[in-house]
Amino acid sequence: MSYCNKKLIQPEYSDRIFKVLTGAAAILAALLMLGFFVQLFWYALPSIKTFGWRFLISSEWDPVKQVYGALPSILGTLITTGIAVLIAVPVSFIVSMFLVESAPAWFSVPVSYALDLLAAIPSIIYGMWGLFVFVPFMQSTVQPFLANTLHLKSIPFFGGNYNGFGFLTSGIILALMILPFVSAVMRDVFKMVPSVLKESAFGAGATSWEVTYDITMKYGARGLLGAVFLGLGRAVGETMAVLFVIGNIQTMPKSFFQAGTTIAATLANNFAEAEGIFKSSLFELGLILLVMSFLIQVLAQLWLKRISRQMGES
Amino acid sequence: MKKMLIAAAAIAVTGIDASAVTLNGAGASFPAPVYRVWTYNYKRTAGARVNYQSVGSGAGINQIRAKTVDFGASDKPLKKAELDKYGLVQFPMLMGGVVVVVNIPGVKTDQLKLDGKTLADIFLGKIRKWNDPAITKLNPNLNIPAMPITVVHRSDSSGTTWIFTNYLTKVSDDWSKTVGNGKAVKWPVGIGGQKNPGVCNNVFKVRGSIGYVEYTYAFESKLATASLKNKAGNFVKPNLNAFQAAGASADWKNAPGYYMVLTDQTGKDSWPITGVTYILIYKVQKEMAKAKTMLKYFNWCYTQGASTAAKMHYVPIPKNVVGMVSEMWNKEVKYNGQMIK
Repeated sequence: MSYCNKKLIQPEYSDRIFKVLTGAAAILAALLMLGFFVQLFWYALPSIKTFGWRFLISSEWDPVKQVYGALPSILGTLITTGIAVLIAVPVSFIVSMFLVESAPAWFSVPVSYALDLLAAIPSIIYGMWGLFVFVPFMQSTVQPFLANTLHLKSIPFFGGNYNGFGFLTSGIILALMILPFVSAVMRDVFKMVPSVLKESAFGAGATSWEVTYDITMKYGARGLLGAVFLGLGRAVGETMAVLFVIGNIQTMPKSFFQAGTTIAATLANNFAEAEGIFKSSLFELGLILLVMSFLIQVLAQLWLKRISRQMGES
Repeated sequence: MKKMLIAAAAIAVTGIDASAVTLNGAGASFPAPVYRVWTYNYKRTAGARVNYQSVGSGAGINQIRAKTVDFGASDKPLKKAELDKYGLVQFPMLMGGVVVVVNIPGVKTDQLKLDGKTLADIFLGKIRKWNDPAITKLNPNLNIPAMPITVVHRSDSSGTTWIFTNYLTKVSDDWSKTVGNGKAVKWPVGIGGQKNPGVCNNVFKVRGSIGYVEYTYAFESKLATASLKNKAGNFVKPNLNAFQAAGASADWKNAPGYYMVLTDQTGKDSWPITGVTYILIYKVQKEMAKAKTMLKYFNWCYTQGASTAAKMHYVPIPKNVVGMVSEMWNKEVKYNGQMIK
């Protein structure tokens, strides 16, 4: 093993080379991010110059007159993501709670595998299932039930005609999509809580709920929030699953039953054929989506910092 | 660039003959079903390979302008001035019908009768129920349920939409003032579907819906079509004869750059929403072998391909027009200043 002794690179250099290489890779990641911003901004510039701030607050979308506004797409993205998170987070919480705390192993192990498998389903499959199975079901069963049986149609945001497509349908599909992600992370968070902590709380006479609320949730707060933001991040940019069931129209949302659009769906629908100011407007929409995802990350970080500070003080 | 050089070198070295050339085209989805069969048959009989990507008319125009394909295809004709600006020529390849499809329980194909104004009012959202007097007046013998109307349109921009809105613009002042004619427009009501199959699917899924698609798609998905009142005042059923009748009135001789719109044509049997689909190629060709194969292929489409097209409910271009087109090729399409032959 003589070649081992004659090392090609001296140890004092190898460290430095390693440092430079890894540093370069890290810088590349940062540059890529910056590059995306700059490029999108550059292509969006004609649209930004033409429409200015009105682009963000205008609901006009007229390819014939070449006037574009992003508000319906932005609101659509917020609404569908909101519905998805509102449904997926509590359900995931309960599911993972049950799997970790109460379920017997013969049950929790296969269910955990099933959850992980769900997370591996490509979004186009959710879209197809949504279109062929879920949309007719929404039209014939869920929406009539909500609107007529529960009389929700008389209150705002639930009125109007329904046809199976729209915000509610998209929101539910998105919820199903992010559910396995969120619950997989939450499950791991719950598992990480040291059993010593829980056992001593039980020993002190705490109920299951008190242990969950005061020990597990507090201990895993960072992880749980991380799970929520992971789901949020996925739902915001999801394209294919939404495209199939949202209805794809540029109108201001008035009802959860109504068809609409999201930023990602608008981009996917129009990019191939767009040119000129239309294309530039789509790039500006893309920029807005990127900024939204970025803001979600920043907010998540800030929130986590605040929580860990609070917990450190108490 | 490197790839191109290698390909060029390969041709130079091996001296591949014209029949082994691969042609790339992209564009309109409206004639795509026929183009698919044509390319398949042409590969089998003539040996040359033609790849056609059905990406939509606008994308087809963008791609030929970016020179990523050898020919582009569009349902929306370019004006003569635009063609000259980009150095392109366009010629008609097929004619076909855009039809109105409905999903109303109890209403079978061609039973529902609509006129242009009523159709425009439905797509404007002015008529929102199927038992609206405007509809029942046109269909006194038809039992139409009191059902809300769901309008289905294209969510992507499309040549089919261009043809359809061109018709609505001609027959309704309201439509032309508030919405207008375009590959994508500001739809006042409805839901969008991706491409022709997406619209078919949404109409199929939603009871009480109405949409528009290229005829073959309606035929294959067995959706109920509606009869339309044409300019002569007759209700016509959508079929090959009606599309042909609309095409018959076209005056190709006096159409600069073959710019021709066949919506709302006179003629007692004319289908009112008939469209022409075009091929776009460069006047100045870069490779003789490729240009030769391309024109040979298009000529094959006009002659051998005509019967296939008719079988699929598209109208082939009449012989005299084909003659005009090949004359135009001889005059305008050149390689290095030479005629392509």
